[in-house]
Amino acid sequence: MAISRKPVSQAPDFSGGLFKRPTSSRGLVSWLTTIDHKRIGILYFVSGIFFFLIGGIEALIIRTQLTTSGLNIISPDLYNQMFTMHGTTMIFLAVMPMSAGFFNYLTPLMIGARDVAFPRLNSFSYWTFFFGAVTLNASWFLGGAPDVGWFAYSPLTSTTYSPGLAVDFWIFGLQMLGLASLLAGFNFIVTIINMRAPGMTMFKMPVFVWMTLVVQFLVILAFPAITIALVELMMDRQFGTGFFNPEMGGMPIFWQHLFWVFGHPEVYILILPAMGIVSEVLPTFSRKPLFGYPVVVMSGALIGLMGFAVWSHHMFTTGMGAVANAAFAATTMTIAIPTGVKIFNWIGTLWGGKIRMTTPMLFALGFIFMFTVGGVSGVMHSAAPADAQQSDTYFVVAHFHYVLIGGSIFGLFSGFYYWAPMVTGRMFSEKWGKIVFWTMFWGFNITFFPMHFAGLNGQARRTHSYSAELGVDWLNTLATIGSYILAIGVGIFVVHVIRDIINGQKVDKDPWDGRTIEWTIPLPTPVYNFDKIPTVTHRDQHWFDKHPELAHSHEHGADAASHEHVEEHHDEHGIHLPGQSWYPFIMSFGLFIVVFGGLYSSLLMVIIGFLIVFVGCYAWAFEGIGGRHIQPKGQSWYQ
Amino acid sequence: MVSVAHGHGNTSAHDAHHDEGHSEHRSTPVDDKKILMWAFLASDCMFFGSLIVTYLVYKGRSLVGPYPIDVLDIPLTTVSTFVLLMSSFLMVLALDSLKHNDIPKFRLWTAGVCLFGSIFLGFQVYEFSHFVDLGLTLQQNLFGTTFFTLTGTHGIHVTLGVVWLLSFLITSYVRPMTSKDAVYLEVAGLYWHFVDIVWIVIFTVVYLIEFIGIPA
Amino acid sequence: MKFFKRLSLARIIPALLLFPLLAGCTEMGPGTTFDVKTSIGRQQLDLFMLTFWLGLVVIILVFAVFFFVIIRYRVSDDHDKSDIPAQTHGHTGLEIGWTILPIILVIIMVVPTVRLTMLQEAESARTADNDIVVNVTGYQWWWKFEYPELGITTANELHIPEGKRATFNLQSADVLHSFWVPQMAGKKDLIPGQDNVLWFIPDEGSAKDEPYYGHCAELCLGAHAYMRFRVKVDTAEEFDAWVAGMQGASLQKVSADPLIQKGKLAYVQKGCAGCHTVQGQHVGNPRYPDLTNYGQRSIVAGLEPNTPENLATWIRDPQIYKPGNYMPTLWSGAEGEEEQIDAIVAYLHSLGMPDVSQASVQR
Repeated sequence: MAISRKPVSQAPDFSGGLFKRPTSSRGLVSWLTTIDHKRIGILYFVSGIFFFLIGGIEALIIRTQLTTSGLNIISPDLYNQMFTMHGTTMIFLAVMPMSAGFFNYLTPLMIGARDVAFPRLNSFSYWTFFFGAVTLNASWFLGGAPDVGWFAYSPLTSTTYSPGLAVDFWIFGLQMLGLASLLAGFNFIVTIINMRAPGMTMFKMPVFVWMTLVVQFLVILAFPAITIALVELMMDRQFGTGFFNPEMGGMPIFWQHLFWVFGHPEVYILILPAMGIVSEVLPTFSRKPLFGYPVVVMSGALIGLMGFAVWSHHMFTTGMGAVANAAFAATTMTIAIPTGVKIFNWIGTLWGGKIRMTTPMLFALGFIFMFTVGGVSGVMHSAAPADAQQSDTYFVVAHFHYVLIGGSIFGLFSGFYYWAPMVTGRMFSEKWGKIVFWTMFWGFNITFFPMHFAGLNGQARRTHSYSAELGVDWLNTLATIGSYILAIGVGIFVVHVIRDIINGQKVDKDPWDGRTIEWTIPLPTPVYNFDKIPTVTHRDQHWFDKHPELAHSHEHGADAASHEHVEEHHDEHGIHLPGQSWYPFIMSFGLFIVVFGGLYSSLLMVIIGFLIVFVGCYAWAFEGIGGRHIQPKGQSWYQ
Repeated sequence: MVSVAHGHGNTSAHDAHHDEGHSEHRSTPVDDKKILMWAFLASDCMFFGSLIVTYLVYKGRSLVGPYPIDVLDIPLTTVSTFVLLMSSFLMVLALDSLKHNDIPKFRLWTAGVCLFGSIFLGFQVYEFSHFVDLGLTLQQNLFGTTFFTLTGTHGIHVTLGVVWLLSFLITSYVRPMTSKDAVYLEVAGLYWHFVDIVWIVIFTVVYLIEFIGIPA
Repeated sequence: MKFFKRLSLARIIPALLLFPLLAGCTEMGPGTTFDVKTSIGRQQLDLFMLTFWLGLVVIILVFAVFFFVIIRYRVSDDHDKSDIPAQTHGHTGLEIGWTILPIILVIIMVVPTVRLTMLQEAESARTADNDIVVNVTGYQWWWKFEYPELGITTANELHIPEGKRATFNLQSADVLHSFWVPQMAGKKDLIPGQDNVLWFIPDEGSAKDEPYYGHCAELCLGAHAYMRFRVKVDTAEEFDAWVAGMQGASLQKVSADPLIQKGKLAYVQKGCAGCHTVQGQHVGNPRYPDLTNYGQRSIVAGLEPNTPENLATWIRDPQIYKPGNYMPTLWSGAEGEEEQIDAIVAYLHSLGMPDVSQASVQR
């Protein structure tokens, strides 16, 4: 492997030169300064798994407290902190970063690019996420975690009812996480719109990339609402404004509107990546193209769009009036249409296929199974008058865990087993993978299915305990047992994955007989991704390269694009890789200092933090792209 | 510092490969940085949208004065609005000059934009302190709460814009700038025009609507 | 053998059938939403059952096809790569069909949902003179019930007559709460600065000795889980008697029994009276529960049966039944405190009850 480390001739390594430009490719510094989308993807995913375990431990503590009625294993205060942090952690620190791991690692590979459009911005997103996560969890050690629920309904969050810093930690932590998501959103929108391989029109993109794009639009349009809500809440708490203060005429209900205008699209931000993953996994293991590709894509986009028109279904019991309730009930029910269409198309994909029950396929099928259950109970909530009995009960808890664990988490696990060999160059044990699936599947269903009945029999959610009279003790005991089974499944997952990363069976290319262009790359993925940027003429390009005889039977108009021939500029140095950079990390760190200055009312720290951000920003801007050139190994399918 | 080649000495905090001369393939003719800015502006619409909705939801719900009609000064704000509008006009001229490699004029117009932006900010500082003198503070009533937050957020946007454009001005003295840098200025220009348009909306929603039906 | 291997997956299906059995095994307690005693609650239940049956049909159909497909088309994991099935990309007719199908199902649900939502709103405007009006105020973490037309204030236990429309004006004194009596009707939130109204008409014949179960259904921190209350549906006579008792001259009387008199003294000395009003006896703070005619209550703190033992436990350490609540512990473990607690219990239990002889009160 010939790597030339000659400096780039026309881009002298001048920088706004505060730091020597890092070049190490191993060790801590290389990770802190990396701008490689694959490494950032790994960082996101590993962080996501880490917080998934933390959130899982919180969930087990919650379930243990609820094993039977009348227990007092943890205090009500600690219990409130547990479920608040469980929800916040699972949404913002587990599922979103795990999805972001897939976006980062896969999007450039699936569209045939060498990186995202703005690699340093990408690094900044990750580190901002990282420090946001640190801020949020630091509260555990600095006076107690937030305890107002992940929705933080006003006026519970006012200084009157929540003195202390817990809610401020929540506000500032979420602001950093939001900033990270927004910047990543812009970055991926540009990447997907502008960096597709020659010939890859929008409707030749893999469905996963489509869902990534839809999610990014949801992020950039939904997160501003929560950002503003958090700013207003922060002003109420820090400066005594009256946004949500009833004594000044402020309306607590307005917080709910702002929160759910963000909160409902957020739900689709969590589920659409998993839908994208499943839409990739099912065709591969059925050896058939995705059934009704344009319909699946458009359904996904439609779900995202309609996600902005249903937020008040979280507020049916707040007394919005009959017109609003009826309207939001109707819009919510219509979301069942594109969702149902997606499920039918997935089954259509399976029909007549050659179905291989590999671990990723099992998780994908598990996704369909449980998402259907969760989808149906979701439609049941949308009937506003009936929802008056269901809202804030365990029926709702059962519903959204069916879509978020049975949906999102199972989808993400499917994607992990499917694509992780690209990272490690090793396969995971099928035997242990299947054990993980079945343990998680049964654990999950035993935990959450009984909750439907507990909720309909009067068990309210977010409660430290429940009344023995309700007769739901045994349902809760069953749920607790199930949660431990689920935890054992996740435990086996962690152990066997670590084992197989170290000494799983080596594999060098295309282990699953894949269909899309990321499988043309030798495993593990080389730092420059593609030897040569592929030219795309078909959806499932790789499949048709392997089976050219199938290429012309379908997909009309494929030829037109094939003539679009773009010669990549290859100079004698080989492939250019942009240089690593300290500044994204430094700027994120500056923001971290600003946040802690704000938390502890230290103007000095805020100023120092902003100075770091300001200097970092200019140093970054004048740093230049830097980097080195590298000669590809030459093992591509397209060689 | 003068030796910096074209393309990196930009004030944008973002980077893109293809400015390195490695003309990597792009799927659309639009520059990455411009798409980024458009995406950001879409998002910023939602930011201001949320703030404006907050203002409208709480309009007329203040329990105590001063009320909008007591403090708002339409003639004064009309002047500052006009100044901001003119700065957008200068922005267009600045970009055009840079595209034609006319650096002296580029400097003149950019300085003009910064000056006009600063004048607008001066008006805002005056307005804020005047309102505080009249008893309107963040904590006084919902009008104060929502007014200062909305217009203050806009003021921060203008300030960032002025700093950004000043960076272009300074850069032009540090190293040669050519029409190849125009794309960076164009992105900054998009931002500037957007901030300007948002002000028109705020001026209408906050100031003008208040005086509908009231004889001058 | 291959056939059996294929079928191995099918084993999951009978196992899954176990889950619906859960429904059958679940006994309906006082929190059930299936055994409701008002017409409005039955309308909500009917709508729920409509969505349930539709959902069940959808699930059965989808799963039938789903399991058929994965059993029928399964091959072994190391199946020959060159065996490629027909590469179908889609089918316009099918797509149209399975778009229309959910549209039809959605219409079947939307129409009754919208109809019922509008109907309930329209009916809520229709009030009559003999309605019972209750102003419900939520506090962290108890319920105040005021009957403005009857001049009655009570806490945590609501009395309403059967067959009459009860209208609840919901207000919160601090944070959000939600008023929920599962066997009556769906919940509605209590929001500071917002006037929410909930109403229902308990069926004729729904009066019974056991009061109905109610619960706060919106997170309000602290003792939220224990912010429960009871709804006592009375017959017309029972209700009139209760109202008379709450308004009557009997409020001025306390038994001369020495234990009860000692309890009354301790009630003042230990500071109970500083918070808890007993009409005709003590003027407390309206921010804390009113204990007028406490002897008639069926529960302690909204939670446990109102027996002397339970009330003593509650007074001794309020954190046992209701962890996180604001009621202080007044006891240091000093000599004679147990007697004081017993006396306070006796005093409270005498309120609103007929004056019994000294002997029977003796413990």
